[in-house]
Amino acid sequence: MSFESYVSILDSTVRLGTPLLLACLAGLFSERSGVFDIGLEGKMLVAAFLSAAVAYTTGSAWLGLLAGIAGSLVFSAIHGLASITFRGNQLISGVAINMLASGITVLVGQNWFHQGGGTPALSGAARFRDMTLPFANELRDVPFLGPIYAELISGHSVLVYLAFLLVPATWWVLYRTRFGLRLRAVGENPAAVDTAGVSVVALRYAALAIAGVLCGIAGSYLSTALAAGFGREMTAGRGYIALAALIFAKWRPWQALGSTMFFGFLAAVSIRYPTIDLGVLVIPNEFMDNLPYILTVVVLAGFVGKAIPPRAGGEPYVKER
Amino acid sequence: MAMGDPQGRQATAAPATSVPVLELRGISKAFGPVQANKDISLQVARGAIHGIIGENGAGKSTLMSILYGFYKADAGEILINGKVTHIPDSQSAIRAGIGMVFQHFKLVQNFTVLENVVLGAEEGALLGPSLAKARKVLTHLAQEYELHVDPDALIENLSVGHQQRVEILKALYRQADILILDEPTGVLTPAEADHLFRILANLKREGKTIILITHKLREIMEITDTVSVMRRGQMTTTVKTAETNPEQLAELMVGRKVLLRVEKQPATPGRTVLEVQDLRVKDRFGVERLKGVSLHVRAGEILGIAGVAGNGQTELLEVLGGFATGTGTVRMNGKPIDLSGRHADGQTRRRDGIAHVPEDRQRLGLIMDFTAWENVAFGYHNDPAYQKNRFIMDNAGLLRETAAKMQRFDVRPPDPRLAAKNFSGGNQQKIVVAREIERNPDLLLIGQPTRGVDIGAIEFIHQQIVKLRDAGKAILLVSVELDEILSLSDRVAVMFDGRIMGERIPGETDERELGLLMAGMNGKAA
Repeated sequence: MSFESYVSILDSTVRLGTPLLLACLAGLFSERSGVFDIGLEGKMLVAAFLSAAVAYTTGSAWLGLLAGIAGSLVFSAIHGLASITFRGNQLISGVAINMLASGITVLVGQNWFHQGGGTPALSGAARFRDMTLPFANELRDVPFLGPIYAELISGHSVLVYLAFLLVPATWWVLYRTRFGLRLRAVGENPAAVDTAGVSVVALRYAALAIAGVLCGIAGSYLSTALAAGFGREMTAGRGYIALAALIFAKWRPWQALGSTMFFGFLAAVSIRYPTIDLGVLVIPNEFMDNLPYILTVVVLAGFVGKAIPPRAGGEPYVKER
Repeated sequence: MAMGDPQGRQATAAPATSVPVLELRGISKAFGPVQANKDISLQVARGAIHGIIGENGAGKSTLMSILYGFYKADAGEILINGKVTHIPDSQSAIRAGIGMVFQHFKLVQNFTVLENVVLGAEEGALLGPSLAKARKVLTHLAQEYELHVDPDALIENLSVGHQQRVEILKALYRQADILILDEPTGVLTPAEADHLFRILANLKREGKTIILITHKLREIMEITDTVSVMRRGQMTTTVKTAETNPEQLAELMVGRKVLLRVEKQPATPGRTVLEVQDLRVKDRFGVERLKGVSLHVRAGEILGIAGVAGNGQTELLEVLGGFATGTGTVRMNGKPIDLSGRHADGQTRRRDGIAHVPEDRQRLGLIMDFTAWENVAFGYHNDPAYQKNRFIMDNAGLLRETAAKMQRFDVRPPDPRLAAKNFSGGNQQKIVVAREIERNPDLLLIGQPTRGVDIGAIEFIHQQIVKLRDAGKAILLVSVELDEILSLSDRVAVMFDGRIMGERIPGETDERELGLLMAGMNGKAA
């Protein structure tokens, strides 16, 4: 295999890993606050649809992005209402959100565009175009580093760079700010936060709002940057893979970057090599597709260290005497 | 905090007494039909240690929750330094200078001491300056009040006593003037409790006011200046501690005379009923929790296991009760019993003559949503006496038997059809004790028999245990209450870190010696 094809696989790793990374960070904020969020998938799907629809209608990818974020935020608010305010079961609320998103995007899409639930193909300013970083073309011929800079580092949409910047930003917020301290505390022991005179409900809603924004960006990236338009069920389980990556990362931002890029890499390889022939046996494509889930089971079974979730995760907070 | 000169203020204030730092006027609070607090008035003097005692359900916790902004009172007002203060939430309570140390600590386990202290009291949006300031303040507080804790230690690595100090530090960091402690010594060794009392004395000297909620009369007598007694949601009396005595307080709490000492004759032990040799137990993480325990219990005696919670007592009861596995030898009436869990369970243990009143009655002793009579059948549901025929249980008979048991054990209300959760803690415990003792077992395992049980019911349960002993049965008693161990047991074994540290005879030892053993130090050497 040539050097160029390595670079090219890594390049698609970044492209395919970015939505996972954004969704994973969304899940990180929400689960660190003690709210399980399996609705990542649904929020991404809604955002993907709305951003493509608005981008197509207005011709602006940025307006599309805002619409995507808004849609995702509405779904976050529904999740918060059900699981924080009314103390419902967070998993059931998440499943409901996924089902609602899956149905409503197709229904509205079909009524709006009459293209089987999808949007028409986006072009021009309705899409986030790949950015060429300074000197990318000039340095292309430098051996080794040149192609890495020109192909791998340069040439992505602005949302990719944003996603990568969000990793240190998340780390900083989590470990260096008052909000981060309270967020981590509320996911571990909400009673400690409550008795310290800080509102548990407000903190959890704030976390869900951040998750909503990040899922919105992730969904918009899918339909207006990675692809050119929305197709039904286009998230294709990415929300769940992001959750798997979150467990893999043990709810930490830098590890989340690692695990989502690893899962992105698996996706890139399986697209490029549908079957991998090892000589003695042929690894089918389905195996590569399922590898993230298999690895998650392995992690959860405790083979690769312990993945300890936030202690108060999944439990609505009820004041007690 | 510098104290104002009370003399100076008295000149301007109309009444001759100084203004109480905290005053409650006519506080009432109802939960549905239950009147938890009824027209409660209370005055707490500045710089005093004020005790509040009362049985479980007397309304102490509700009252403190109102004070800390957890509940809103239906009526009444709170005055702080003579000014009416509204406390709608915990933030307001903190601003009013109230600090609370809950019975169950409100700490984030995987945070450092420093992080727990600043949580909610940060200086600005960034963490760095807050932590730096807290570190300085903590050093200062440590010296002033003997409140030494490593600021960078993780809470989960601290002993319970140190965790409690963090809670006190949290309150002081928020400049609490009135410190409320809810059952603070329940989880402490005697030495830790002594240290806590020194800290409280230091706080008092610096002009802080302390409200101590406890059910331990000894602590009230030892450290408080004044004491208020609560009964059935009402504040019955407030007296100067120096002018009262434990017997009088107990009577005020319960509303009738109470025997504080257990009356019992010296034991006349017979043959060995339970013999344990080199018992080892690992928990599910592979950590050894029992590290070679050997002991024996004879017929007609009570062996008390003393120790701070979490030193292997729970595992000991679970393995003997048949729902945990271990290695070693255990003989019951000379016959080895299976510890591997492959050939034995709670049922076979019962056939071997072992009855078990578990430590956590709500988790292991009862099904809270089931009725009293159903709970009385549990564990013995295969008993032929409870069957009508091969397929149908004799529910009517069970109901009658439960009603009779409830009569004999003074369970209130004596309604066999009531769900277990609707009884008070003491009455729940009486149901479990009635079920197990009336089976007439050769060996009774009994853990924390009076945890969360009212003083009146404690007396009754203790009498039942002694009665069973006098009937020639063997009893293994586990309790974290040293008073209980000392007054009930014929022999005391002290557990620490999964081992028996030593065995003593109650009349020949004292709390100090046992306390050292409980802390893992050999009593003789220290």
